Amino acid sequence: MSQRFRLPSGGHVDRSKRLSFTFDGRAYDGHHGDTLAAALLANGVRLVGRSFKYHRPRGIFSAGAEEPNALVELRDGARREPNTRATVAELFDGLAATSQNHRGSLAFDWMAVNGLLAPWLGAGFYYKTFMWPASFWERVYEPMIRKAAGLGRASGLPDPDHYEAAHAHCDVLVVGAGAAGLAAARAAGATGARVILAEQDFLLGGDLLNEPGLEVWRQESIAALEAMPEVTLLPRTTVFGFYDQGVLGAVERVADHLPQPPAHTARQRYWTIRAKEVVLATGAHERIIAFPGNDRPGVMLAGAARTYARRYGVRAGETAALFATQDAAYDAAFALAEAGTRIAAIIDPRGDSAAMQRAREAGFTVKPGCVVTGTVGGNALRGVEIGAVGSGGRGDAVPADVLMVSGGWNPAVHLASMSGSALSWDEALLAFVPGAASQHERSAGACRGVNGIGAAAADGAAAGQAAAVAAGFAAAPAITLPEAPAPDHRPYELWEVKGRGKAFVDIQDDVTANDIRLAHREGYSHIEHAKRYTTHAMGTDQGKVGGLVGAAVLAEAREEPVAKVGLPRFRPYTSPVAWGAIAGGEVGQHFQPVRRTALHGVHEALGAVWMDAGIWKRPAYYPKAGDADAWASVKREARAVRERVGVCDVSTLGKIVVEGPDAATFLDRVYANTFSTLQVGRARYGLMLREDGIVFDDGTTTRLGHDRFFVTTTTAQAGPVMQHLEFHLASAWPDLDVSLASVTDQWAAMSIAGPKAREVVAAVVTGLDVSNEAFPFMAVADCLATGVPARLFRISFSGELAYEIAMPAGYAAQVWRAVLAAGAPHGIEPYGVEALGLLRIEKGHVAGSELNGQTTAQDLGLGRMLKKKGDFIGRVLAQRPGMTDPSRPRLVGLRSVDPARQIRAGCHLIVDGRSQGWISSATQSVVDPGWIGLGLLRDGETHIGSVIVAANPLMGEEVPVKVVSPHGYDAENLRVRA
Amino acid sequence: MLRIPCPHCGARDEVEFIYRGDATVTRPGPDGDVGAFHDYLYLRRNPRGWQVEWWQHNGGCRTFLKVLRHTVTHEVRAVATATETLEVPGA
Ligand SMILES: [Zn+2]
Repeated sequence: MSQRFRLPSGGHVDRSKRLSFTFDGRAYDGHHGDTLAAALLANGVRLVGRSFKYHRPRGIFSAGAEEPNALVELRDGARREPNTRATVAELFDGLAATSQNHRGSLAFDWMAVNGLLAPWLGAGFYYKTFMWPASFWERVYEPMIRKAAGLGRASGLPDPDHYEAAHAHCDVLVVGAGAAGLAAARAAGATGARVILAEQDFLLGGDLLNEPGLEVWRQESIAALEAMPEVTLLPRTTVFGFYDQGVLGAVERVADHLPQPPAHTARQRYWTIRAKEVVLATGAHERIIAFPGNDRPGVMLAGAARTYARRYGVRAGETAALFATQDAAYDAAFALAEAGTRIAAIIDPRGDSAAMQRAREAGFTVKPGCVVTGTVGGNALRGVEIGAVGSGGRGDAVPADVLMVSGGWNPAVHLASMSGSALSWDEALLAFVPGAASQHERSAGACRGVNGIGAAAADGAAAGQAAAVAAGFAAAPAITLPEAPAPDHRPYELWEVKGRGKAFVDIQDDVTANDIRLAHREGYSHIEHAKRYTTHAMGTDQGKVGGLVGAAVLAEAREEPVAKVGLPRFRPYTSPVAWGAIAGGEVGQHFQPVRRTALHGVHEALGAVWMDAGIWKRPAYYPKAGDADAWASVKREARAVRERVGVCDVSTLGKIVVEGPDAATFLDRVYANTFSTLQVGRARYGLMLREDGIVFDDGTTTRLGHDRFFVTTTTAQAGPVMQHLEFHLASAWPDLDVSLASVTDQWAAMSIAGPKAREVVAAVVTGLDVSNEAFPFMAVADCLATGVPARLFRISFSGELAYEIAMPAGYAAQVWRAVLAAGAPHGIEPYGVEALGLLRIEKGHVAGSELNGQTTAQDLGLGRMLKKKGDFIGRVLAQRPGMTDPSRPRLVGLRSVDPARQIRAGCHLIVDGRSQGWISSATQSVVDPGWIGLGLLRDGETHIGSVIVAANPLMGEEVPVKVVSPHGYDAENLRVRA
Repeated sequence: MLRIPCPHCGARDEVEFIYRGDATVTRPGPDGDVGAFHDYLYLRRNPRGWQVEWWQHNGGCRTFLKVLRHTVTHEVRAVATATETLEVPGA
């Protein structure tokens, strides 16, 4: 029979719209306006999952975001979404839902044997049981725990949907659209303030949705808000965090309620909202009572049963019992009775109350001074055991298939607490309420303990108006408020009914009251320690229904008041947020930007193999037909440079113009060597230290004019060097008249290197005599290249005669083509980063692998560059004994004794059986074939000429290497000066 | 997430800025010894309360700004340029 628990009328579901869905493969019907949980209950489905640790049967426990139990998988394939709360998942036609965390069928789970093992699976069992032997952890314990413990399954496939980020600013943000929130938004909106009203539910109204008599006011309020141009309504939007300076984070579920998002529509939207003033109207969460068997399917929060009856027109069962500690919960019994459910008993530890009297008048059996001592049933509740308060043991059983529980109401103080407000204990409500605000926020309604729809609405209206006034708006005339009596929410203090059997304080994480006491006995008595030891309140529900109950059990064990024990710190997220929403659009190719040089298209046309250099794309090498492998290409390119001529795109180097009357003084202070003595039209290699004396960066700096320098940096440090210069100019030497401009993107540059470089350059450049006499090593001059303004540098990184031509980036391609044409008769080859690396290792030039943030100038053989006179960054601290210790690892050259045996960067250098350094860079030589490298070796110079071992324990390699001078190739620099 | 009023660009999000630490330490002059430079580089007060600190408007005008921020509440009370002095309340 379809939907046999559905009422013929009433509530906010559209019975004319029938939606089909499946649960564990079985087909059911529901209605538009249902959540999955409501539709399951309408069809009499009670068992919806298995618990985390003991695999106990679990049912639907709540009717909202606080749901600890009914976590299911939605959809299938790439859109499969685990651990979704059935109580907030909107039903749509064709929804496929699956239960989680069981082996075998849901009704008979083999892992339920864990329940029998319970004495070994108590609190802290991960820490204790799986400690020994340590080698078992990765191979045995972890896979076993993962298999046994996880809840849902991720799809394992790329998410086909897209997510987006949005930012909003407003005068007043109202969180929650119950009576208090609606009234707050109306009152604030009436002043003309820009208001955002965010509500996690797909319907606005909160508890108003359970009150048919107040429907007119709810609809009036929504209509009034929709008519205000400055008010934005955000339903399906969960505000999950309250951060500094009025920043709140929210996720809007744009298309979760549809089978799949419409074209060009995001699945979810991640909001960053900046509000001048915030009104928190987040309501309250009903809390459980810990008693044996309080997790059995059929046990649910009293307010949830009431919501299913009134909002969804669904009876939660045939026969219900109510276990309540305060009058406010009694409306659930009346709601279910109206829906046709038999009320078997009302169990209340109190002696008498107004609600109890009304219940008796209505003909209900009321058991004052009583508590529920246990539940009867298997996968579904069949009965409730009742005993006198404090009697212990098992009492009389009353048949019931629904037990409605209400231990009181916890104001939803999560966001208030995150904003910095210290919580205070309300002795009447036995709950924490927000204290004084520390940001521009105020709580209104049930989330600050003002209960009842009429009172909450009035509180909300006042808060909304106050917020708007605080944001600078003039108060507007009062809005109409709903009239409704306020039920008494003050509970009898009852946290736990002690007895035999598991009494859960955290149903999702399978944490019992006994686990909390165990944590206390074992020394984890602070609430934060007990939380981590037991996993109490660490699930997706963050302890919304049982967190305070666990704290109360701990308080009793500590013999201290709950107020003193407190709650664990509230942190974002108040509710689960999908990774997709957090990642937003920054996925795949959009994860980070790509930087391409002005010559990117040219390299692509040449068939370059790309290499990532930070976010730059650089050609690694250019394969040609006939190259046996990548090494063949790299060596061919390097050989061209050594023997003829090559051209390489060096546009990624950082370029900074330093200008001003004090430019030379500034450079003298930021570089370890001197620039004030540099002649105009000349370049000089510069070494930059950090203030702690470690080498920071190197590069060539040119003096373009008396007060104008052109600094180059390594590709990797271009940004950090710029910042370093800006910082010191601002903080240390604001008196220096210097300005800085990054021109990395404006100038493209290419290196033309090799014995034939001069012929090629002479053919491309006009207006400049490039003979060795007129344009010697380290000369720099402006010129024309293919008729466009360019700058020529005679500098070399390869150890060959070499030039760099820099030109405005837009002209780079035409100059490159001219260089290739001019070089063709000489056998020119474009070369990539790999050949560049090969050449500099052969020559013994240091690069990023040697400037690794651990090396000093002395370590790199550059100690003589440190000037003796004048201040510079790093000067003083580079003189510390540990920095100048001669036994520090020093730069050496290395050559594999057997030319065929490869050495790798990262190898340890072993001397007399001990690691004395490492290989920083390795390659194959084209000058003297074989494997060569650079390394840092303790007492490096003393080992030159000797054979040591390069060891790579990861690959089981031990390769004999000869220690040589790093500058073996053309040590006199005759080639670069030719 | 902080909001920092840049004197050149207006109120901007924290993500546009780079934090550079305590702005009350000053680099020793040319005569500073190892001890002075050690203190400049490594010693920080780490106050619970107001602190004047460097923030560079990296994604904007690139100016290094002095920002008076409360390390507990993250309130940003005052912003100044590098050559101005910010008074720490109660100091
Ligand atoms: Zn700025």
